[in-house]
Amino acid sequence: MEGNIAILGYGLSAIGPGIGVGLIFAAYINGVARQPEARGMLQPIAFLGFALAEALAIFGLALAFVFR
Amino acid sequence: MSTAAWQVDAVVRAAEEGEGYKNPGVGDFWQPLFGGEGAFAITRPSIVIMLSVAILSVLLLAFTKRLSVVPSRKQLATESTYGLVRNGLGRDIIGSHDFLKFVPLLFTMFVLILLNNLFSVIPPIQYPTMSRVAFPAALALVVFVVYHLVGFRKHGVVGYFKSIIPAGLSIGLAIPIFFLELVTDLFTRPVTLALRLFGNMFAGHLLLVLFISGGEYLLLEGAGALKLAGVASLFMAFVMTVFEILVQVLQAYIFTLLTALYIAGAVADEH
Repeated sequence: MEGNIAILGYGLSAIGPGIGVGLIFAAYINGVARQPEARGMLQPIAFLGFALAEALAIFGLALAFVFR
Repeated sequence: MSTAAWQVDAVVRAAEEGEGYKNPGVGDFWQPLFGGEGAFAITRPSIVIMLSVAILSVLLLAFTKRLSVVPSRKQLATESTYGLVRNGLGRDIIGSHDFLKFVPLLFTMFVLILLNNLFSVIPPIQYPTMSRVAFPAALALVVFVVYHLVGFRKHGVVGYFKSIIPAGLSIGLAIPIFFLELVTDLFTRPVTLALRLFGNMFAGHLLLVLFISGGEYLLLEGAGALKLAGVASLFMAFVMTVFEILVQVLQAYIFTLLTALYIAGAVADEH
């Protein structure tokens, strides 16, 4: 079997952000369901959290290509 | 996503067995058109970004030329995009006191990134400019310079560095926090800003290339059941294209959101 172990590293680095993004949007949905008028306030916060959590997976992807 | 994993597996296996199929990779994104192969070559993304600037200038000028109180559909689309950036990103995040002078920057960033991202799926262009890291890096550099400059202007050089420490910390805690915040401001923020956009566009487009070229190869060269896998792969390409459009709009929004947040942090009265 051929391949590059760096890709495995990317897979590992995607686990944490995957869980994190799920938690963030779960909290966002909960918040909007309980208080629909808070949507406008929660939306940027949710996307900010999403962007920050996702950055880790993106690092993993970039490094997978850097160290191949 | 077990079907997707299975299809990738099938494509990779086909690639290992046959000689004809080559896995798409980073090299496929390097497409110089004029001026040789060197660092100063005019590449496909540089043509695309020039085209995007031309299209945006013409469209925005044309759609806002004859403004009326009852807007036409084009004027409405332009105005609602502008309104989203001005109110949803500028006013709500930077604050109503001094958001207006940053709205041109935010709007330019938003429409430029949005159009360049959408070029990824618009035929016949089909190349996301931001999948070459130089383009998002240049945009992140602009943001980096802007939010530090407005911070310096607002607080003065010493005051700006002081303002990154949260108020009410003891001196023993303030020093390590200062260095942490300094690394965040000077390094992590611009790098993540550029890499996030680059990574999303690059990975998304690579996935599309993989599904489409792999599907085509399986359909044309594969034997028996592999042809079915090719059809499934092309269908996945369609599904991923729709998903990619969502990601492209989202990434343009997030880039502008983070730009607004960094500016807001620099002009805020206290941390």
